[in-house]
Amino acid sequence: MQVTLKIFRYNPEVDKKIHYETYNFEAQETDRILDLLEHVKGYFDGTLSFRRSCAHGVCGSDAMRINGRNMLACKVLVRDVGGQITIEPLLGLKIQKDLIVDMEPFFDNYKKVLPWFINDSPLPADERERLQSPQQRARFDDTTKCILCAACTTSCPTFWANDDYLGPAAIVTAHRFIYDSRDEAAAERLHILSETSGVARCHTAYNCTLACPREIEITRAIGELKMSMITGKLD
Amino acid sequence: MPNVHQFDVVVVGAGGAGLMAGLYSSRGAKTAVISKLYPTRSHTGAAQGGISAAFGNLEEDKPEWHTYDSVKGSDYLGDQDAIEFMCEEAPQAVLELEHMGLPFDRTPEGRISQRPFGGHTNNVTGKPVRRACHAADRTGHMILQTLYQQCLKNKVTFFDEYQVLDFLIVNRRTAGIVAVELATGEFHTFHAKAVIFATGGHGRIFEVTSNAYAYTGDGAALLLRRGIPLEDMEFFQFHPTGIYKLGILITEGVRGEGGVLINGKGERFMPKYAPTVKDLASRDVVSRAIYTEIREGRGVNSSNYVWLDARPESIARYAAEDGRTNPDGSPYVLSGEQLLAKVPDIIDFCRVYLGVDPLTQMMPTQPTAHYTMGGIPTNKFGEVVIDESNAVFPGLYAAGECACVSVHGANRLGTNSLLDLIVFGKHAGLKAAEYAQQADFEPLPPDPQADSRAQFEKLRNGSGKENAFDITTEMKKVMFDLVGIYRNEKGMQEAITKLDQLKERFQHVKVTDRGRIFNTELFHTWELGNMLDVSEVVAKCALNRRESRGGHSREDFPNRDDSDWLKHTLAWQKNGGVEIRYKPVVITKYPPKERVY
Ligand SMILES: Cc1cc2nc3c(=O)[nH]c(=O)nc-3n(C[C@H](O)[C@H](O)[C@H](O)COP(=O)(O)OP(=O)(O)OC[C@H]3O[C@@H](n4cnc5c(N)ncnc54)[C@H](O)[C@@H]3O)c2cc1C
Ligand code: FES
Repeated sequence: MQVTLKIFRYNPEVDKKIHYETYNFEAQETDRILDLLEHVKGYFDGTLSFRRSCAHGVCGSDAMRINGRNMLACKVLVRDVGGQITIEPLLGLKIQKDLIVDMEPFFDNYKKVLPWFINDSPLPADERERLQSPQQRARFDDTTKCILCAACTTSCPTFWANDDYLGPAAIVTAHRFIYDSRDEAAAERLHILSETSGVARCHTAYNCTLACPREIEITRAIGELKMSMITGKLD
Repeated sequence: MPNVHQFDVVVVGAGGAGLMAGLYSSRGAKTAVISKLYPTRSHTGAAQGGISAAFGNLEEDKPEWHTYDSVKGSDYLGDQDAIEFMCEEAPQAVLELEHMGLPFDRTPEGRISQRPFGGHTNNVTGKPVRRACHAADRTGHMILQTLYQQCLKNKVTFFDEYQVLDFLIVNRRTAGIVAVELATGEFHTFHAKAVIFATGGHGRIFEVTSNAYAYTGDGAALLLRRGIPLEDMEFFQFHPTGIYKLGILITEGVRGEGGVLINGKGERFMPKYAPTVKDLASRDVVSRAIYTEIREGRGVNSSNYVWLDARPESIARYAAEDGRTNPDGSPYVLSGEQLLAKVPDIIDFCRVYLGVDPLTQMMPTQPTAHYTMGGIPTNKFGEVVIDESNAVFPGLYAAGECACVSVHGANRLGTNSLLDLIVFGKHAGLKAAEYAQQADFEPLPPDPQADSRAQFEKLRNGSGKENAFDITTEMKKVMFDLVGIYRNEKGMQEAITKLDQLKERFQHVKVTDRGRIFNTELFHTWELGNMLDVSEVVAKCALNRRESRGGHSREDFPNRDDSDWLKHTLAWQKNGGVEIRYKPVVITKYPPKERVY
């Protein structure tokens, strides 16, 4: 089938302002949007720049706006969006070139929630694993799926308005540790989340949950954290 | 000189191997980890099924069995001292990950859960054993996240989105590396006493592959150009179950959970090829079986794919047929819900990319280029060894998929790569730090960035009459069709001729992007040069080895030939060609014997 790809373009070295370029060509219904971008780069304009690696939705490189919604270009097929496709970079992060945005502020927020396992108690006497029941493990399973693609955070109106809001992805990471029965720093993390840049800023717009390519129930996770802050309980 | 950094140890690559190396090296030496991708984008994150360790959490198991299975899986080409070392270290290595917080799935007792995987057996009964420790079907994702998080916790220094272009040698010792910063296009020299390569594999040289775009063999290719040999490059693993046409991996874990392969006539065919372990035979065996079915006209619709059936009713039926039971002896069944919990991503991939629901439909699959067994030769401490007598190159280390220890020999067992990353990444990190503590810096060469600059200049100044994408497409097809699962002399000669032509055409490619900021066209074109160099070595080593062993199957030499070929290949890039020499395989406890599953 024929596709029309309208792509946001901006190269700070040559362009005074942003613009869109349109490309028409034959594609398959089952092509990934990423395949189309590669095709444009290979045969229309080599300067088109975007990030990609795994090409099957697990590395988080190629989150972008496709027909106005945040998605991974490698996880959306032509048949999912039709032949008229507009592609733009994520909102709320500085555009470096074409579809590449500056991810540093995003990772800086991630680093603020102590995104690492903390347990300074001695190991069990047999020095083997810290025991955890399947139910305890299931408690935080959903939030272990995050691939840090930023689709959620950059779909959030609060994040667009406030640079210092931690954003859903960082909160999801905090959730993954807070409800891990083996971790000992829940209180510290909850405290970080309770500061002004934390969960209170979430107005449950729900955009993040819709944007997540890993189908993490982000709004629900944030709700659980708000509840834990009130009750002081972690179950 | 602009942009010169000094570190005791530089780690190139931030996947499982690089992060583990960085974590350990930084404890004893000033260390930088450099990666062309953000660390969490590394391909380790794509690993699905599990990491092996003979805990015996669910049934009897022991490291000796793991060792023997890996030796047998390697078709006796693996070095047995290194394999034994890895399998003995495995339980401790996996526990270390657990102690770092890795969320493994759990047994009812709260221990790490384990599942069966191809080639892992109870050595007494010969039946599959539960040895693969897993976190759903995103074990690699959890390893990558956990290690990155631990590196942050321990304040490891990262240079993200820097692509390493060259390795600096002075006085026949390590002097550092040169990298380009993707965001600015600027060159940086990293002056170092020790360098650890952990750059992953090169599966992108094949048309149908499970591998990421980043798998272009950079580390192997740039060392090759600096005179370092590569080992056993003819051995590349084709995984039996890639999603038809796309190559996206469907983990062996699906068969571990009870899925079976079905041909176009609706028959389960693996019992014919591997009567004892059937669908859980070693990957080379299963991939060849699929190809044989296809060649004999039993592909689906007489085409080049077969079905993978993991519908709950099929799983129950075949488990009953095989006498498979739960640990408590009850019949083995798996509900749709349980399958969804065990392999959620696989089900998602099939739904998204194929519009197929594995709970009610069979999955169309074909073998997919998956894993680089060969690579930069190392010993079991991660030290790079550069000749037949295993002489160590001072200050140079390698670990992970880019390295060849060799623990995988001619065919890697599933779950042994993640283990390899953790065990040898750690030892490479420890050794490099230890070396850096006693070594001095070599002086830098007068113009360390000269070669890197020249390489880029050449790509910018080609005539432009050739298109890099066309060359890439043709290379991948040549390699997949002629140097793929089945190989023969005629086909490989043809492949080598075509690769020569492609290399010649590559001289006429021109990068059109003249900019500095994220010039991805330039970086990708440079990667194509690496893939062409690596492809040539793979094809020439494959043509040279006149036997069949593990992942290397010659139609014209269908048998393993231990009298002439029980040896490792070492290949150098010399005078525009490839020079091949050999070194012996280390055999300790397990003399080679016929391999049946
Ligand atoms: C789909 C899939 C599923 C798998 N499942 C399993 C499994 O269940 N069990 C198992 O044991 N194995 C599995 N494997 C194999 C295993 O995942 C890989 O072999 C392993 O993760 C490789 O790790 P690594 O650290 O060597 O490389 P990677 O994780 O790929 O890291 C390579 C790093 O090198 C960097 N790099 C590369 N070139 C350069 C350069 N020029 N300059 C700077 N940096 C560079 C990259 O940025 C990256 O950080 C699977 C593989 C795939 C593809
Ligand atoms: S390329 Fe990895 S998520 Fe799309």
